Amino acid sequence: MKNIFPMIKLTIVTLVLFAGIYPLAVFGIAQFAPNHGKGETIVLNDKTIGYRRIGQEFNQSNYFWGRPSAVNYNAAGSAGSNKAPSNPEYLALIQKRIDTFLIAHPYLKKSEIPSDMVTASGSGLDPDISFQGAKIQIKRIAAVRKIDESKIQKLVSEHIEKSVFGPEKVNVLELNLALNKLQ
Amino acid sequence: MNTEILGVIVIFIISIALALPLGSYIARIFSGGKTFLDPVFNPIEKAIFKISGIDFQKEMNWKQHLKTLLGLNMVWFFLAFFVLLAQGFLPLNPDHNPSMSPDLAFNTAISFLVNCDLQHYSGETGVSYLSQLVLMFLQFVSAGIGIAAAVVVFTAMRERTTDKLGNFYNYFVKSCLRILLPLSAIVAIILVFSGTPMNFEGKDSITTLQGQTVEVSRGPAAAFIGIKHIGTNGGGFFGANSAHPLENPTYFTNAVELIAQLLIPFAMIFAIGFFLKKRRFSFIIFGVMTAGFLLLLIPTMIAETSGNPAIEKMGISQISGAMEGKEVRFGPAVSGFWSIATTVISTGSVNSMHDSSMPVSGAMQLLGMMVNAFYGGCGVGFLNFYIFIILAVFISGLMVGRTPEFLGKKIEAREVKIAAFIAILHPFLILSGTALASYFAAHDTDMGFWFSGNATDWLNNPGHHGFSEMLYEFTSSAANNGSGFEGLADNNPFWNISTGIVLLLARFLPIIGPLAIAGLLANKKYIPESAGTLKTDTTIFGVMVFAVISIIAALSFFPALALGPLAEYFTLK
Repeated sequence: MKNIFPMIKLTIVTLVLFAGIYPLAVFGIAQFAPNHGKGETIVLNDKTIGYRRIGQEFNQSNYFWGRPSAVNYNAAGSAGSNKAPSNPEYLALIQKRIDTFLIAHPYLKKSEIPSDMVTASGSGLDPDISFQGAKIQIKRIAAVRKIDESKIQKLVSEHIEKSVFGPEKVNVLELNLALNKLQ
Repeated sequence: MNTEILGVIVIFIISIALALPLGSYIARIFSGGKTFLDPVFNPIEKAIFKISGIDFQKEMNWKQHLKTLLGLNMVWFFLAFFVLLAQGFLPLNPDHNPSMSPDLAFNTAISFLVNCDLQHYSGETGVSYLSQLVLMFLQFVSAGIGIAAAVVVFTAMRERTTDKLGNFYNYFVKSCLRILLPLSAIVAIILVFSGTPMNFEGKDSITTLQGQTVEVSRGPAAAFIGIKHIGTNGGGFFGANSAHPLENPTYFTNAVELIAQLLIPFAMIFAIGFFLKKRRFSFIIFGVMTAGFLLLLIPTMIAETSGNPAIEKMGISQISGAMEGKEVRFGPAVSGFWSIATTVISTGSVNSMHDSSMPVSGAMQLLGMMVNAFYGGCGVGFLNFYIFIILAVFISGLMVGRTPEFLGKKIEAREVKIAAFIAILHPFLILSGTALASYFAAHDTDMGFWFSGNATDWLNNPGHHGFSEMLYEFTSSAANNGSGFEGLADNNPFWNISTGIVLLLARFLPIIGPLAIAGLLANKKYIPESAGTLKTDTTIFGVMVFAVISIIAALSFFPALALGPLAEYFTLK
């Protein structure tokens, strides 16, 4: 029993070190990071309209759409659908998403739709879509906004992000903001 | 796609390249050598021992090591349990998250204590910032315990006869302070500058471009995620773990988090070679582990990059592979790699949702945890592998008609009995737990207190995959892994308590077993190597260990895998 006191004392000391000093040190360093470690925000007319890394729901026809989300892009939580690849209800849902997408984009062939546009992301907050996912929406947006297709085409090309080994992607929020500036 | 596969190879090679010097550093710390960080850490360490009133030079035998290990864990369990139970009233709770129910607090405290981090809650709504800090403390010390226990076994493997195996407090504090702390800080700082939050304010409320009002969770995430990977813990700050864009913002941070979780398990294997001056032996172990790892990895990456055959039939383009539950910035190649890395190592963090993985990948993830000795978690990975070494030595000894010896010590009935018991414990816990849950699900039992509703309601998917969800949960608990087929409704007394018990048994018995064997062997007479000695640093012995692992895994788990992911694979068209 006498051995328990050193253990408790050691617990307190290490608690101060690992749960106190360590996070405070990182917090101090974070003050020099983008937006002081509060997450990178996008500010428009002095109002925060979004976080750069967090996706937003876009379903109006004048915007580029993001991926389906299991949490409707509410970043108070985060989750994937956790549906199995063999789940019949899930497969019916995918079919429905494809059909809906084709109705909104009647000019498309089915084989042009990339799978990321009809499947839910892991976090439900995926800020990105694939380049192909953006490309196929250009014609619809050009028609709604009455802008030249080539202008939007150029805008999308400018927004392709590619790291050395990572996949090509487009940040939907940033692309839509740029789209608004176009007019 | 090819560049993505190249990315995986590069990440793997960088991890090995960094683990080699780290292994040498770890070996030097524990053999009393000098390191370049001594001027910083020597005074801190002295202060810690002085305040705690601990004589860190007092030698302990293996039983004293075990008592210290278990005593510390008991103190930490009560600390975490009561903080989680009362977090609603305690400070640092800007989002006003409620206190945990007793069964959830029990499960959460144990699961972080044993380096598993099963997480039957979501970080955004389930815990306060104070609780996150206490859980972060457990992530440090649980990893430190694993490394310290492995170092006791390393010390016992030296060629001499003794019952003095160093001081547990000394090993433990050195592990946390000199290995985990600096590495975690490096990862945390990289994350902070890549966009991961590190603040103490509550949720932000914003109006989006389309005019909706949504909230955004933040918090002291970067510090938490650093130790989460370095300590192979895997508990997410946010619900979606490392799939969350704030927890893992870019392809680069994804690579950093991957390297961070591979680093110490790799380095511990190399450290054995430096510590015992038997580098060939450690390379043989590393080779066996890597062979197993690749056998799990390759089918997974093929399955994920080829995509879902049922969606293929609908006629859309799956050029980037299976995307359900995955993030565009990572893509399926590196997500597949992560899913195997996190399951062979006991991290259990995820950057894609395993529940939505292809059936083959699910089988490989399960198998990684069922073997639980290809690299494995901080320290404990080697302890699990040690059991297989003892069994392999014994079986090879019998095959060639020699007395089984390992590093100059005779392996006798007692050691083999302990090893066999530990080897059987793992399948026993997984299969009996799954059998119990499946029995209820098959009969759709009304669970009463244990679960609100009938048993099938806890499944998120029907058929073979539903069985896999229950199998995965118990496998993850028994492997102290912490990932999940997260569709399973697991925050209820049935799952909280059953997996909590499995977690406890599956953590401490597999530490006690190897420690006891190593302690007993260290006490035996040292027999110098002769022509009749079975050499343990040869490729043939490596193959033998691999065969033992494969046979035990196949005999124990093939029927369960056949009912779950394999059946799903053959029916998915």
